[in-house]
Amino acid sequence: MGSLKLTGIRKSFGAVDVLKGIDLEVADGEFVIFVGPSGCGKSTLLRIIAGLEDASDGRVEIDGRDVSAVPPAKRGIAMVFQTYALYPHLTVRDNMALGLKQAGAAKDTIASQIEMASAMLSLEEYLQRRPAELSGGQRQRVAIGRAIVRDPELFLFDEPLSNLDAALRVNTRLEIARLHREIRSTMVYVTHDQVEAMTLADRIVVLNGGIIEQVGSPMELYNKPANRFVAGFIGSPQMNFLEAERAGEPGCASVGVRPEHFSVSRDGGRWSGEAVHVEHLGADTILYLDSKEVGTLTARLFGEHAFTAGDTLHVTPLEGQLYRFDADGRTLF
Amino acid sequence: MAFSRARRNLIAELGAHAILLTFTVIALFPVLLVLINSLKTKKAIFRAPLAPPDAETFDLIGYATVLAQGNFPFYFWNSLFVTLGSLFLVLLLGAMAAFALSEYRFPFNRFVALYMALGIMVPIRLGTVGILNLMVATGLVNTHWALILVYTAQGLPLSIFILSEFMAVVSKDLKAAGRIDGLSEYAIFFRLVLPLVRPAMATVAVFTMIPIWNDLWFPLILAPAEETKTLTLGAQVFVGQFVSNWNAILAAMALAIIPVLILYLIFSRQLIRGITAGAVK
Ligand SMILES: Nc1ncnc2c1ncn2[C@@H]1O[C@H](COP(=O)(O)OP(=O)(O)O)[C@@H](O)[C@H]1O
Ligand SMILES: [Mg+2]
Repeated sequence: MGSLKLTGIRKSFGAVDVLKGIDLEVADGEFVIFVGPSGCGKSTLLRIIAGLEDASDGRVEIDGRDVSAVPPAKRGIAMVFQTYALYPHLTVRDNMALGLKQAGAAKDTIASQIEMASAMLSLEEYLQRRPAELSGGQRQRVAIGRAIVRDPELFLFDEPLSNLDAALRVNTRLEIARLHREIRSTMVYVTHDQVEAMTLADRIVVLNGGIIEQVGSPMELYNKPANRFVAGFIGSPQMNFLEAERAGEPGCASVGVRPEHFSVSRDGGRWSGEAVHVEHLGADTILYLDSKEVGTLTARLFGEHAFTAGDTLHVTPLEGQLYRFDADGRTLF
Repeated sequence: MAFSRARRNLIAELGAHAILLTFTVIALFPVLLVLINSLKTKKAIFRAPLAPPDAETFDLIGYATVLAQGNFPFYFWNSLFVTLGSLFLVLLLGAMAAFALSEYRFPFNRFVALYMALGIMVPIRLGTVGILNLMVATGLVNTHWALILVYTAQGLPLSIFILSEFMAVVSKDLKAAGRIDGLSEYAIFFRLVLPLVRPAMATVAVFTMIPIWNDLWFPLILAPAEETKTLTLGAQVFVGQFVSNWNAILAAMALAIIPVLILYLIFSRQLIRGITAGAVK
């Protein structure tokens, strides 16, 4: 019903190539997340899928139909924006109704759709208010409601949580996850936040510099990153990258170890260094080591540990948790 | 808001008010002079131009002359029609051009924008002869349209320039949301974008309106006929080479302030409403 297929999508703004050939298939009902650093072309790709921007080259198919010449309103999509983009002069109800009204839906269909969406998002009390009278979190729920009301085959989200504060972000994230479980529509979601990507996605698409670096489930990306970029982008704190020669690892250009994949001891280990900073977070302890052999290392230990800055510590990567990269940054398995 | 900052010191505040008040007085003084002298006898105007009218010098002869002139209400209407007509076209066409220039990518977009903006620096009066020839050729001389077309051309460059700056900052997402909801480009322009740039529209309206209302040059050249005479041109009958009817001139000027004042009040209300109308975020 709501499958999506991108073939050879390219986009240039003047002389700048923003997207350099994107191929991707999204199955019906799948939750796919585009992640990547700011400015890598995520929003542009989403706007091309929505029909808000023309691709310089390539095909967009929604539900098996080439939509390259179809205007946004007729693509069976709905979109939620970072800035909410509610119509300031309309009430919450009219904001939600506008799309259906424009499509010529019957009055009672509109009413029942709004009722369904506002019940799902607990917006009933606010239907008569204007956007200016709502908090940020409420506005984003209205924006999501406006998308649901249209009953689209494909939901597009462009960093919907970025303008919310931390607590609201978690709540709204859970709400979007629940929404996907309940309505089972295909969702394409853009974020630069890897935690959102890891927690929501069926599959993650890692974009960088206008190309797809890797596509896979969150755990595939975590456990089998295709290259150094993905290895560094997924996981927090970031993976440690060491020069192979200094780390004493033959047959590759660099090696990587995730902070959580170190065992730390005072007595001995593969690399040693002085703790320059220790963060005690209760659930975790994060150590920043300065090692003469390999440079700066970050290690993350579970639970509380009595290390303090100035301690000399030894770290050893856990068995099978050392990633090896060739000179081009590709992972060697 | 800056004034309510708790530690703002009193002297600075008084100073600011003093400067603003001085400026207000300087700006309003000529207007006040016109008003008080329009209510005085001719002798009193010359004997004591700064004195307010008293029982002895009070005289409505100026207003009586102006209104008895017969055609004055008609001149009023001409001025109003030309001003409002030009204003409507300047705002509508200016906003539409600004929207197109800031919203759509097309070849020579930048060049067209620059070309439009150049008009700000070129006085339209330089083209008077050409314009007159054009109006004669098209038979528009002595019609309201001659003036409206010229004033529209005169007002458009600034209008496009200011409005496209404002349109460029209207949320891209809002327009995208409208397109996804199936609004036409016209609906997006009229229903989403225009209300958000209302303060800018009001500013442009004020800037555009006043030179048109006050203009003497083009009415004199393009539409001097009795039935298209504007107020400023009509008032010239009281200006003679040797004797001027100052009562009538001052009364006509005082009356001419009223319509612009009303328009100004309307626009400034829009301006404030636009600012307080909680936009996108
Ligand atoms: N309308 C535009 N004109 C010119 N450049 C643009 C336009 N839209 C986006 N870009 C450029 O394309 C690149 C990708 O933008 P975007 O897709 O918004 O990135 P992301 O959403 O990943 O942060 C950026 O470098 C941006 O400057
Ligand atoms: Mg973006």
